[in-house]
Amino acid sequence: MSPPPVVEFRNVSKKFGRQTILRGLSLQVEHGETLCIIGESGCGKSVTLKLIMRLLTPDAGEVLWSGTPVASLTKPDLNHARLKFGFLFQMAALFDSLTVYENVGFGLRQNTEPSRERIAAIVDERLRDVGLTPSIVGPKKPAQLSGGMRKRVGLARALALDPEVMLYDEPTTGLDPIMSDVINELIRLTSRRRDVTSIVVTHDMHTVQKVADRVVMLYPLARLGPTEPQLIYNGPAAAAHDAEDPRVSQFVRGEAGERLQELVAS
Amino acid sequence: MSGEWSGVNLPSLPELRHWPLRIATYPHWSPLIAAMRCEIRLDPASRFALQSRPPSQTSPLRVCPRVHCSGTSFPDSHASMSHSALPAARSTPIHALGGMVVALVSLVGDLTLFGLQTIGGLTRRLPRGYVLWPVLHKIGVESIAVVLVTGGFVGMVIAVQTYDQFAQMNMENQLGSVINVTLFKELGPVLAALMLAGRVGSSMAAELGTMKVTEQIDALTALGADPIGYLVAPRLIACVLMVPLLTVLADVAGMCSGWWFSCEVLGIDHHFYWHHSLAYVAPWDIGSGLSKSLFFGIAIATIACHRGFNCSAGAEGVGQAATEAFVCSFVAILVIDFLLGTFLMELYHMLWGVVSMR
Repeated sequence: MSPPPVVEFRNVSKKFGRQTILRGLSLQVEHGETLCIIGESGCGKSVTLKLIMRLLTPDAGEVLWSGTPVASLTKPDLNHARLKFGFLFQMAALFDSLTVYENVGFGLRQNTEPSRERIAAIVDERLRDVGLTPSIVGPKKPAQLSGGMRKRVGLARALALDPEVMLYDEPTTGLDPIMSDVINELIRLTSRRRDVTSIVVTHDMHTVQKVADRVVMLYPLARLGPTEPQLIYNGPAAAAHDAEDPRVSQFVRGEAGERLQELVAS
Repeated sequence: MSGEWSGVNLPSLPELRHWPLRIATYPHWSPLIAAMRCEIRLDPASRFALQSRPPSQTSPLRVCPRVHCSGTSFPDSHASMSHSALPAARSTPIHALGGMVVALVSLVGDLTLFGLQTIGGLTRRLPRGYVLWPVLHKIGVESIAVVLVTGGFVGMVIAVQTYDQFAQMNMENQLGSVINVTLFKELGPVLAALMLAGRVGSSMAAELGTMKVTEQIDALTALGADPIGYLVAPRLIACVLMVPLLTVLADVAGMCSGWWFSCEVLGIDHHFYWHHSLAYVAPWDIGSGLSKSLFFGIAIATIACHRGFNCSAGAEGVGQAATEAFVCSFVAILVIDFLLGTFLMELYHMLWGVVSMR
């Protein structure tokens, strides 16, 4: 019998006020794979990641972690289980009041009781893993770092507790092409070296080509009919370019298509 | 394509294209539609009619949560329609007043739950020292200067405002009693708390609001920390400890400045000033002022953190959270002052047998 998926969505729906963002989404993420979730802005990609971490609660359906419904977990169990996940936020979400060193060691200090020396060793190692020099970057505050460095510190912080699943929310947004490539490479290396399952939310097709084993595409509900599924593509990254659904291939190629006509008409 | 449903004649398809205008034409439909929750059954072919929206009207039809099309539920985005007649039925002063009362009750309930959640978290785990000390320093030590200035000027202002009246009755030697009683019981705690609501409360709301909009609070949760335990509990403890201590400083500053101004500037005799002060200021007055400041501290921390945690997106949201934190704290301080003042006076009368003011 095969092990249950690391993360599974069963008919998950999510609304904010009166606006429905996700409708009946079903999705499975297998152990060790790197899944890229693509789609236009506002289609619910980041919401999907936050639902996985239970930072948001679904209005309908259920999210399962390794076959266990997340809703069935008690608060202490949920907090403990969350430590299996590392989350790289879109703008890194580093704590402004703490130094880089304290940011990376935060999870260790909060959830485990290792000695100061042990925390220092782990923080140094994680900062080096992401290509940063601990003695230079460590004492700085997040405000003193560039965008790329902040992302890398965020990645180091997410990796500090040795997660089994890494969630990346638009990891290359706002970065120059070189730094984007560095981040993509780090995502790939992390998956390979640490045997980590990765879920990457992005609309950067370079990232998809570089890191994805599988791609799913979400489509904004406002542009869908009442019975059309929101997940319009689920398959290998290489095939997305020539997908049967024109909306997928159009997105992958970066063509505005009918949107441009709508814009001109308006 | 007209239909009969629950006694309402649905318009034909061409009319549905101009559905908002039709509602305007037939205002008696509005309560019917609201009562029915707008479950309109249509042929799938007419779906576009529901989605059509006149460009000049963009506000969504709020009474239309569900629209069914041949048994299939449309999402809300499809149910959104423009309207022009409905607001008129909802914008009477009574509706506005009702809305305000509901919002106020909801806010107070939400604040209470938030406070209870914080206290519940404190009973499970106290904040660690490295989290608590910086907050204590920020709220306590960094507020000393403004609180001393506030207290100092309050003492002198009371002296200025009361001297003439007392002098007319040849009672200026008793100025110390009114200055110090007013200061210890009322103005010291209230003005120190108002100053702290501005300095500390707004700052806390803005800081937590920024953390919320930059996903730092989500990051705390993702890293296995309890945001309320990590962010709110230390601030609550710091305010509960520091607001009474800062009130003592404000009282002392006011007492000294009032004495200096009365004796050195207004020429009142030092001996009589202190004699009357000691005769009229009872330990109860000092205790009641400090007990008020304890509650002011709880209110400032809870309201500021609550507004920060419920901050809306963007710089505007953070600014609004800071403003709301100050305004709500200001009102809460005045309400608590009145309620506690009344309660403490009744308690005093009960304990010492003096006739109630009623």
